[in-house]
Amino acid sequence: MEHYISLLVKAIFVENMALAFFLGMCTFLAISKKIEAATGLGIAVVVVLTVTVPVNNLLYNTILREGALDWAGLPNVDLSFLGLLTYIGVIAAIVQIMEMVLDKYIPALYAALGVFLPLITVNCAILGASLFMVERDYTFGESLVYGFGAGLGWALAIIALAGIREKLKYSDVPEGLRGLGITFITVGLMSLGFMSFSGISL
Amino acid sequence: MAGSSAKQVLFEPIFSNNPIALQILGICSALAVTTSMSVTIVMCLAVIAVTAFSNLAVSLVRTQIPGSIRIIVQMTIIASLVIVVDQILKAYAYEISKQLSVFVGLIITNCIVMGRAEGFAMNNPPLLSFLDGIGNGLGYSVMLLFVAFFRELLGAGSLFGVGLLPVVNEGGWYVPNGLLLLPPSAFFIIGLAIWGLRAWKPEQVEEPDYKMSRHKAKEAF
Repeated sequence: MEHYISLLVKAIFVENMALAFFLGMCTFLAISKKIEAATGLGIAVVVVLTVTVPVNNLLYNTILREGALDWAGLPNVDLSFLGLLTYIGVIAAIVQIMEMVLDKYIPALYAALGVFLPLITVNCAILGASLFMVERDYTFGESLVYGFGAGLGWALAIIALAGIREKLKYSDVPEGLRGLGITFITVGLMSLGFMSFSGISL
Repeated sequence: MAGSSAKQVLFEPIFSNNPIALQILGICSALAVTTSMSVTIVMCLAVIAVTAFSNLAVSLVRTQIPGSIRIIVQMTIIASLVIVVDQILKAYAYEISKQLSVFVGLIITNCIVMGRAEGFAMNNPPLLSFLDGIGNGLGYSVMLLFVAFFRELLGAGSLFGVGLLPVVNEGGWYVPNGLLLLPPSAFFIIGLAIWGLRAWKPEQVEEPDYKMSRHKAKEAF
């Protein structure tokens, strides 16, 4: 149990997807002008990550990895080069399924997420988490916790940035730095703040 | 016309319409791989190759793809190209591919590749799309190399792993600024680079959401 809690804290704060690994930066910068939009996107990322990382983990361990096809009588087959194609396919499919399920059973959440759900397919934080999961050889339980934690960390970061940007638009920024420039510097300062978590291990 | 537009397509993305500084595309990987020049160059070559060839391939099949599944088709093309690049890197530059870790795979979701395939290659002939891919790849590379130059020179006192500034640990005079090897510095350098670029080309400056009302001199007295 302790192991999982430590992994969760690490995924949320120490190895924050957005601020320590720069994943999902494009959406992170583009959709952080309003807190409501940022919150919607953040929730969508948490949900998608919590589902896709464990699913990809199962696929990797039962089909793709070297010797994983032992149960099918093919002990020498190594399909790991197909990994990238598989993960992105799984992500696209799950996002699509989720969209349909939410539309049917939880229309309120579906309306709240709106256009962000399909956008998530091309968010590198999602694919990045799956790739990290493979690289670090997580078990199924670990990948579930890691997916949730990584999503939560990303959501936290984008909501915080949206809060800062809502205040920032009233300030008098030097001309060339307006918009994108000052946002980069703000994110840099946030990232500096998050670095103070490094070294924490439970 | 054809000649000048080909030139335009190739060179415009480098400064006037830079994918990172203006289009907000492909930032994710721009920051993570820029701690040393040699790693950055490999990453840039990979991105240029993938963008150029995916643009070419998408443009070739653009009249055959039904609109509703075009994203999936584009994804598959891009993912296949990235797998090829990944395997080549693993075969010929194993050390560097280890350092790039997941970021080679993340070229798939690099918005530059997707964005150019969707925004340019779907409506333009193959050759022009190929050049557009190279141009945008170059624009991305210029920004990346700029960031990597400062990060490696000031952070480790070297370029391409060759020591230029003698660091204190080895008896020299330069105290390396460790912060530049850490994530936040990449944000600062790109922010400042955008500032510089916009000071040079003022037409890229964004309109502010709110304007300060002018100071009324009477009230001040």
